[in-house]
Amino acid sequence: MDVDLVIALAGNANVGKSSIFNQLTGLGQIIGNWPGKTVEKAEGMLLHHGKHIKVIDLPGIYSLSTYSQEEIVSRDFIALEHPDVVVNVVDATALERNLFFTLQLLEMNTPLVIGLNLVDVAKKKGITINEKKLQKILHTPVVPTIATKGIGVHEIVDKALEQTSRPPPEKNHAIHYGPEIETRIEKLERALTGVSIGYPLRWTAIKLLEQDSEIVSKVSEKHPDAIVAAKILASEISQIHKEPCATVIASERYAVAVRIVKEAQTIKESEKPSLTERFDAFSMHGIYGYALMFVIMLSILMFMSLFGGWLSETIQDLFESIKPGMSGFWGELLWNGGVVGFYATLSIALGFILPFYLILGFLEDSGYLPKIAYLMDRPCHTIGLHGKACMPLLLALGCNVPACVGCRIMETKRDRFIAIFLSTLVPCSARTVVILGLVGVYLGFQWALLLYVFDFALIFLIGRALNRFLPGMSVGIIMEMPPYRLPSGTVVIKQAWNRFKPFLLAALPLIVLGSIIIETMRLTGVLALVSDALSPVTVTWLGLPAFTGFLFIFGILRKEAALVLLMSAAGTTDIRSVMSPVQMIVFALVIMIYVPCIATIAALIRETGWKRAGFITFVEIGLAIFIGGFTFRILTVIM
Amino acid sequence: MPQEHIEEYLEAIYDIAGKKGTAKTTEIADRLKNAPASVTEVFQRLKMKGFVRYEPHKGVSLTTKGYKAALKMKRKHRLLEVFLDKMLHLPQEYIHEQACKMEHTLTDETETALCKTLKGPAQCPHGSPIPPCNLDVKNCQECLAEQTTSLEKREKDIIAITSLKHGEKAKIAFVRGGGGVMQRLCDLGLTNGTEISLLRAAPLHGPVEICVRGCKLVIGRGIAEKIFVQKT
Repeated sequence: MDVDLVIALAGNANVGKSSIFNQLTGLGQIIGNWPGKTVEKAEGMLLHHGKHIKVIDLPGIYSLSTYSQEEIVSRDFIALEHPDVVVNVVDATALERNLFFTLQLLEMNTPLVIGLNLVDVAKKKGITINEKKLQKILHTPVVPTIATKGIGVHEIVDKALEQTSRPPPEKNHAIHYGPEIETRIEKLERALTGVSIGYPLRWTAIKLLEQDSEIVSKVSEKHPDAIVAAKILASEISQIHKEPCATVIASERYAVAVRIVKEAQTIKESEKPSLTERFDAFSMHGIYGYALMFVIMLSILMFMSLFGGWLSETIQDLFESIKPGMSGFWGELLWNGGVVGFYATLSIALGFILPFYLILGFLEDSGYLPKIAYLMDRPCHTIGLHGKACMPLLLALGCNVPACVGCRIMETKRDRFIAIFLSTLVPCSARTVVILGLVGVYLGFQWALLLYVFDFALIFLIGRALNRFLPGMSVGIIMEMPPYRLPSGTVVIKQAWNRFKPFLLAALPLIVLGSIIIETMRLTGVLALVSDALSPVTVTWLGLPAFTGFLFIFGILRKEAALVLLMSAAGTTDIRSVMSPVQMIVFALVIMIYVPCIATIAALIRETGWKRAGFITFVEIGLAIFIGGFTFRILTVIM
Repeated sequence: MPQEHIEEYLEAIYDIAGKKGTAKTTEIADRLKNAPASVTEVFQRLKMKGFVRYEPHKGVSLTTKGYKAALKMKRKHRLLEVFLDKMLHLPQEYIHEQACKMEHTLTDETETALCKTLKGPAQCPHGSPIPPCNLDVKNCQECLAEQTTSLEKREKDIIAITSLKHGEKAKIAFVRGGGGVMQRLCDLGLTNGTEISLLRAAPLHGPVEICVRGCKLVIGRGIAEKIFVQKT
């Protein structure tokens, strides 16, 4: 398809870029009220007045002097891929900080449209912004928007189209530094003439004065003299101000932002603390905050256990009650393999996975996740991480794959590796299915809870070990705290559906197929052969029934499949008749710890490389077998 | 009374009483292994010199003057500890006592030179924060780049963000350390002179939440201890 125009959405974290992207393209980028959920750029198409427009959603970025990996994605796209128009999404409730980035974009001479988002929230806070004035000061079109309701998003595209038909501005006068800096910028510009590294001259000069490492290395290839000149000029500036040149320039940009805000914005201060502020004080309190977090986590688990158990039993009973009298090879194959596989998958999907995604979406959208990052920052330090890591780790409760990718919000390689390793140990919804659906249903909630506690203790211990043996230490958290928001029902449902759809499309057919294969193998006696080959580990060491061997192998594909296939392999849905309580616990425990599923391994390879992915996988297989065997021996004595 | 004696007392009161609280005579006596009677006598003298507030049976607390003097000693002590550990590689159990003896003879010029040679450390080998110097600089880079020790002394009193009370407002005065973290703080609006307020701090040396330019930021304790402010 021909693309007429490329527009990129850029701006600070958590200002609503992904919401605007979803409104424009109709796609389902994951959105939520916490900084750092978008770590990769996303693309979508839009047909607007007969034009094919490619829309790019970029991760949040605070400054072109980047700090974490996802910011580099944004900066490189804006600076090097030259989108036709950059739509700078700006949070109207925090104009000053947002303009800091806008001013940097203007310095780059990027064709720009400003989407002034969250104007409704700003209004509630008593903030009014005169967008006409803002437009005039910045010489850039400003469109007020309410992204969640789709207000103003198409006007942005109209303005973007207008921008492309206009010649790019020769020079933007929005930002002027003090004379002592301006003269030095000019000097450096003169020294740089004739050198082209793809960026505007003035911007390159400013970045050189800031000693931006990437720009310095790019220019030094072609023009080493300019680097020396920049160093001298920068040290002159820092001597005048008694501050490094980069912070002088940042301060000046902020001074400009303050002036603009003063002109374009009026605030009516409200005296009494708002409801969200009072809720902040409670949920971030030194005692109540932790108590609340504990209660929330425990009640999610309890609800899931009760509801999931009840629903999956109801679905099973429903199907068993309509079971026609089938017998013989084909009859058993069709029923045990196909139908049981189908309804067992359906019951775990509707009973456990969908409700969890709804709850997760609710938590994400409410803005509670960053509060957990705040509360857990101190505990995280004992495992070599900082509080931000809690957000991908919580995401891992749904699925480990996006969690591994989400660990890009960690600033250093070391932090990222630890966070990724630990997130593969977090019981995802598939493992929750096995824990709650097997141990929870047959042995009671307390045993399932014990498994969770054990898993979190294991995560803690491995974190400690990694922290001990990996050189370096965590840089510490610097994170924006978004305000609470009442989650929108449609957004939560849509989000849950977007996450659930791949499960229905990929897992359901796979598991049904798997259970038909297993049933065939069971009926033909092949299953016994495979199981015998694995029996030294499964039977002798772990004390499990022989037929579980094959499940562990199939479980690499989908972990929730292990439970469904357990029923197929056992030839009954009443697990109690084929497994003792100890065996159920050991089985769930091993499933919980051993090797991440194939999709997670693929994500690990992509994020950390073959070596580290292999390391994580083998450590987890070893741990699972080791711990499983010991648990079996200990539990047989005490139970 | 010798200067060394005074300084040891101020340090002991600082350690036991903390910033705002008071220390009991018996606690100080235990700490310095002196008889309570002679401790009381020293308190009276310190009071006359304006270093402490002291009332019999109520305990002793530092005045602003005493607090500053105690901080100065703490700074010298901890800098010396870093020096003995990092440069001379002396055993951990030895350095505290040695630093205790050396701190009293260390001049301010030597202190500054020591800090520069050690590249402006933030913590002593035992993990306690080193109080900032009282030179008129905005950050460590500037001082490290300076060839001489001719920097003027700072007029104003500065404290770490973590020492603010909840809800208290202050202006950014000095950011210790450098590199990526400092640039990021700057980019997020924590430039010199910016007004901030401390919203809350998590227990057990957890992170702090501050309000800057209308936004709320969570900053880890390790970083927050390096951001110094002047109360407004």
